[in-house]
Amino acid sequence: MAELSVLGKRLPKVNSWAHLTGSAKYADDLFLPRMLYGRLLRSTQAHARITKLDVSRALAHPGVVAIVTGPDMPETIGIMPSVQDETALAIDRVRYVGEPVAAIAAIDEDTAFEAMSLIDVEYDPLPPILTIEDALREDLPKIHEKSRRANIFKEVHLSFGDLDAGFASADHMRDDWFFFEGNTHAPIESHSAVASFEGDGKLTIWTCTQVPHYLHRELEKALGLPRAKIRVVATPSGGGFGGKSDPFAHEFAACLLSMRTKRPVKITLDREEVFYAHRGRHPVKMRIKTGVKQDGEITAVHFQSWLDGGAYSSYGIATTYYTGALMTVTYRIPAYKFDGVRVYTNKPPCGPKRGHGTTQPRYALECQLDKIAVDLGFDALEYRKRILQPANSRTVNELRITSMGLGQCLDELGAKTKYSERHGQLPRGKGVGIAGSAYISGAGLPIYWNEMPHSGATVKLDRGGGVTVYCGTAEIGQGSDNMLASVAAECLGVRPEDVHVVSGDTSLAPVDLGSYSSRVTFMAGNAVKDAAWKLREWLLDAASERLAIPRECLVPADRRITDLRDPEQFVTFDDAVVLAEAKHGTLSAAGSYRPPQGIGGGYKGAGVGPSPAYSFQASVAEVSVDLETGVVTVDRITTAHDCGRALSPANVEGQIEGSAYMGYGEIMGEEQVFRGGLHKKPSLLDYKIPTSLDTPELEAIIVETIDKEGPFGAKEAGEGPLNSVIPAIANAVYDAIGVRFDETPITADKVLAALGKRDNRGMPKDRIGPEGMGDGQEAANAALRRLSFTTEAREKKKANA
Amino acid sequence: MTKQLLTLNVNGESRTVAAEPHHTLLEVLREELQLTGTKHGCELGECGACTVLVDGVAVLSCLTLPMQVGDAIVTTVEGLADAGAGAPGREARKLHPLQTAFAEEGAAQCGYCTPGMLMSAKALLDGNPSPTRDDMAQAISGNLCRCTGYTAIYEAIDSAARMARGG
Ligand code: FES
Ligand code: FES
Repeated sequence: MAELSVLGKRLPKVNSWAHLTGSAKYADDLFLPRMLYGRLLRSTQAHARITKLDVSRALAHPGVVAIVTGPDMPETIGIMPSVQDETALAIDRVRYVGEPVAAIAAIDEDTAFEAMSLIDVEYDPLPPILTIEDALREDLPKIHEKSRRANIFKEVHLSFGDLDAGFASADHMRDDWFFFEGNTHAPIESHSAVASFEGDGKLTIWTCTQVPHYLHRELEKALGLPRAKIRVVATPSGGGFGGKSDPFAHEFAACLLSMRTKRPVKITLDREEVFYAHRGRHPVKMRIKTGVKQDGEITAVHFQSWLDGGAYSSYGIATTYYTGALMTVTYRIPAYKFDGVRVYTNKPPCGPKRGHGTTQPRYALECQLDKIAVDLGFDALEYRKRILQPANSRTVNELRITSMGLGQCLDELGAKTKYSERHGQLPRGKGVGIAGSAYISGAGLPIYWNEMPHSGATVKLDRGGGVTVYCGTAEIGQGSDNMLASVAAECLGVRPEDVHVVSGDTSLAPVDLGSYSSRVTFMAGNAVKDAAWKLREWLLDAASERLAIPRECLVPADRRITDLRDPEQFVTFDDAVVLAEAKHGTLSAAGSYRPPQGIGGGYKGAGVGPSPAYSFQASVAEVSVDLETGVVTVDRITTAHDCGRALSPANVEGQIEGSAYMGYGEIMGEEQVFRGGLHKKPSLLDYKIPTSLDTPELEAIIVETIDKEGPFGAKEAGEGPLNSVIPAIANAVYDAIGVRFDETPITADKVLAALGKRDNRGMPKDRIGPEGMGDGQEAANAALRRLSFTTEAREKKKANA
Repeated sequence: MTKQLLTLNVNGESRTVAAEPHHTLLEVLREELQLTGTKHGCELGECGACTVLVDGVAVLSCLTLPMQVGDAIVTTVEGLADAGAGAPGREARKLHPLQTAFAEEGAAQCGYCTPGMLMSAKALLDGNPSPTRDDMAQAISGNLCRCTGYTAIYEAIDSAARMARGG
């Protein structure tokens, strides 16, 4: 391929200028004529029956225009069609504090706020279930009647290879428990939506969603309005990270209120509501049993996870599978068993956060590998390099691996950080730690079963030499608009800033499934390339004809189509467009992308994990622990990331740094924790997201492997680098003070306890983390035993059959 | 509550609006003056997204009542580029070096913290043309950014400082 003229260059993002001049229009920046302002009334109870819900006083309040409640939208909705278990607003029963119960539209925000206190709602409380252990008990009420046993939402069991033989052949075994605390996205922009139902019976919603297409489907269901009459516009999002990828109550409510009032309605959540809307990282308890040979080669892994899902399903099926699915893609594992259980609790629903479901088990696995390296006397970096899953291979759970740059990442890191020279050699209180990880470049399957493309794009050329790309992607700050413009520009030989991008609009642009699972660069990139390449062919034909030069000799770049051999021979882009339009008619082409078949297995549950390509990454963290106060300072995090090809190196570095930042926050203090169902820290003051003064020095190293199926070789960059940072920090803390942190977050309090300095009687510990399930609660342990017993019995039966 | 007339000097224009006296400067800028470039992430003084300059000092507009502002000069992100936009015979607006540098360094990802970040950075550079990394970290410590990890923001402020010094 000729040299690239746009991709790989450090150019400003095409949408930067809107951000930097204040002209970008986020959802809450929209003010429409006659617009009403909405607010949601939320449950004050963690678990209760609604015995009375009377809105008449609120409705009579001057300035209140309409109120809707649960029964107005009785259909069940939810992001995963197979497990929908919620309604737009609660009906008869509430399952977490903060669950939306009613929605008010009023002439202004103050009035809507006042009217909330005039809604008469009475509850009959039920016992709240707040822990994984309690959710496994069969003697407590069910949060959802559908749960067959206890409050279990989903239970999965997968087994690959000969586990018993693997363990039998091991020279060394480890059996470790871990706990990963829940945390939340905390985007700086709170959720916001504006809906407008027009006189022609058509509804438009502008909302900062990550998934306009999926929202479109759910709106049809909840509102009973055909999808053909609904237009969803994903506004630029002020941060998503997975937190805006479910359909939300305020979106349905704004739409219905607009349909009822025939006026535009805006609902913007306040910061406390964002904490309750959540859909963030699941708290997960984990157990990993790993067998290794004397040389460190893994012989078998048995991984178990228990996920605290909160009150509703959200993406929970996928999350559950993801805790197990990607464990196999980094290092060779010949036998693997995975048991996952996700339970319901009376807390805000958990969902996908950057690294979706893979972050917690990756932390556990990489911490355990560090222990194995210590047990066997290996250098943890070199050890990882020795056991890498090879490129162009299949994992034991049948995932297809193509390009695989984890080895290069480790090499680059070693050279940059001198990990191997420094690990174990620093003075007490100073430490360095390493970890690797991987992530998908898009899920191999869509959320609802269909055979259509995962991403579509059209590209249109106009007579003035203008280029417009239409694609349903949601720009959430990851740079998807810039990616679309850059790929189209590369194909056509123009500059990215010449390209107009129309994205995130279900009426104007072809479907893209959304900004989740790091799929956009890979899938929408391929779709727009497919479309733009067709136009490129026409332009080359036209230029070839005009210049009487064979088209193989022509390249489009810098708004010219030039003879490779003689730069004086060219047709301008604008002229080529006119020639091509004269010949072919209107210049517009569509492209699409669908992941190839056969990239995963055929077993039940094989749908989660396959991806057309995996990104790989590794991090080294350097920490200082104050032995008197217990305060851990992360001095520096260096992350090397295999992104296939960096289409926009500045953006890739930004994603690596941003992921490292977010991972740092997760392990050093962010917690989504509750007291009796009430969030303990529902504000940006208490929920401590790192400020500029907290954040360590972050360094990003780009590793390129040029994936053969990625658009110009690209893979994902937005999520994977978060995963490796977290265990790297835990391993660095071990290097500094000899204490294993088998639970997150690592707080000064826990460090002091481990050092035996929290009080006079304190005994030093070498580990902080769970001992097993239940923390001594007999009933929960019994429930667990029953669970694993029935599981094994069922599997035996299957094997015998 | 009844609205009261209020005159603010914003981005070089004197603007009179009717606003409820308990509404914050943030609300008046966004809702009465359509200056939606200034963002909000909490309206409680916790995130810095609403930062504007009042007589050159970075303040949180969500914690400021317009009454307190009086005839002080308010600058928002919309006023950061060279004033005189679009006046006949004037060249197109010249971007502030911070705007150029933020674009070049990729310091705005979702862009939501950016207007506030730019105003804090401008207040810093106006008082200290050659800030160190520590000076920058202090200056933006009240501006939360959830996307960047701040690294690119430091690079951008540094590069803008060099640009402004003509380097
Ligand atoms: S909106 Fe003012 S500090 Fe957050
Ligand atoms: S760029 Fe998104 S919050 Fe800073």
